[in-house]
Amino acid sequence: MSARPGFDGFRRPDGRVGVRNHVLIVPTVVCSAVVTERIAAAVANCVALPHLAGCGQLGPDMQVTHDTLAAYCRHPNVGAVLVVALGCEQVVAQMLAESARQAGKASAIVSIQGEGGTPKAIAKGQAIAADLARDLERVTRERFGAEELILSLKCGGSDYTSGLSANPALGRVADRLNALGGATVLGEIAEIMGAEHLLAARAVQPEVAGRLLRVIQRVESEAQALGLDIRGTQPSPGNIRGGLTTIEEKSLGATHKAGEDSPLTDVVPYAARIARRGLTVMDTPGLDVESVTGMVGGGAQVVVFTTGLGTPTGNPIAPVIKITGNARTAQTMADNTDLDVSGILSHTETIDSAAERLLAEILAVCSGKLTSAERLGHREFAIHRRNPTI
Amino acid sequence: MSAVIVITPRDNVATALEPLAAGRTIDAGGVAVTVREPIASGHKIALAKIAAGAEVVKYGSPIGTATVDIEAGAHVHVHNVASGRGRGDLPAGGVVS
Repeated sequence: MSARPGFDGFRRPDGRVGVRNHVLIVPTVVCSAVVTERIAAAVANCVALPHLAGCGQLGPDMQVTHDTLAAYCRHPNVGAVLVVALGCEQVVAQMLAESARQAGKASAIVSIQGEGGTPKAIAKGQAIAADLARDLERVTRERFGAEELILSLKCGGSDYTSGLSANPALGRVADRLNALGGATVLGEIAEIMGAEHLLAARAVQPEVAGRLLRVIQRVESEAQALGLDIRGTQPSPGNIRGGLTTIEEKSLGATHKAGEDSPLTDVVPYAARIARRGLTVMDTPGLDVESVTGMVGGGAQVVVFTTGLGTPTGNPIAPVIKITGNARTAQTMADNTDLDVSGILSHTETIDSAAERLLAEILAVCSGKLTSAERLGHREFAIHRRNPTI
Repeated sequence: MSAVIVITPRDNVATALEPLAAGRTIDAGGVAVTVREPIASGHKIALAKIAAGAEVVKYGSPIGTATVDIEAGAHVHVHNVASGRGRGDLPAGGVVS
């Protein structure tokens, strides 16, 4: 691979580096979600963050919602933040705006009750968003080394090709990025089940391995407490049609995307800040959108998503790069695919060569090239819920 | 190009890279195996007899337990392999058999 890989990104006041320069329009609560979408639709470079939570939540469930929204407000792919409140909800608009300010970003608040209804809140929000977007145009890209990146490692719609081609190729890139001083994050605890011994052996300290094993034990005991068989969802019906038989088989293939020798340096809660270089495991569920939402919240600026069957998932603020090792999917799902590595299984390309192309694609995307998910407007966002709404 | 891939020498299954017809003899990493039943691309074939209760091994690690005797050349999938993980439907520490 080429020497000193780098990309053109955005230096933020808090020292972090972004790969996109969005104005983020954040609803505090589901009640203000439509207003955020109308504001974002009217102003270039604005993205809304519609979600279904923000009220009627208790304890840790409420905290996860607040912390995830605050993490997006601080994220380096975001240059400025407009918070849209209803006025009577649990999530506090001022606290979200303060998160953005602490990261050195311009921020503002519009309240629907305060403005006197939807049309007035939209009008005021659009005017503020236009000002924020104009100010962000002055921020220009600068050259950074790849070590500034936190890369989210994701797979979904897996089939037998995933563990044999796209995941090993992503694993080589992950090892390379970690060796350069960068960071990677792996989520989906249920999809580590059966492969945890391989990751635990790479932990920098026994304490880190212990935390990984405890998180996995918790997920298994949740299934046991409910008296349910995890086979109802893992592997998924599509996985089974594709030839995957058990969660252990799926996990062993999935874990290849975390490389072979990168040290496991940390295990963190959902959407918590990824603070260590090397490989971090994040406690996320296996549902694709909730998992990507959490890993981006943790600070990942870019996501590589391997798929066997093809999938559209994107994210509001981070580019999601789709890579498949299934030749048929590369054709049938071409509109949703960024990189075809099916040559690995047809023996026309080596894993190393595919990894080199993938790293080049990641750096191009981090320098501004749009992904398929971005071109198609895929901005899925779903905050993991730990409890039912009260 | 081989019709199947054997990922590690410890594995007792291989993954079909193309549809395998019954009766065909394939080379699985130096071992000749006769296909007993049609196997779809991406699905697994037993490289040797796997007794009921024995581990099914792929990627060098166990992926589950055989629920019946699986003959060499047979299709290996959800009908004859059970996962041992996340099984709240089993007694604690319950063994799949």
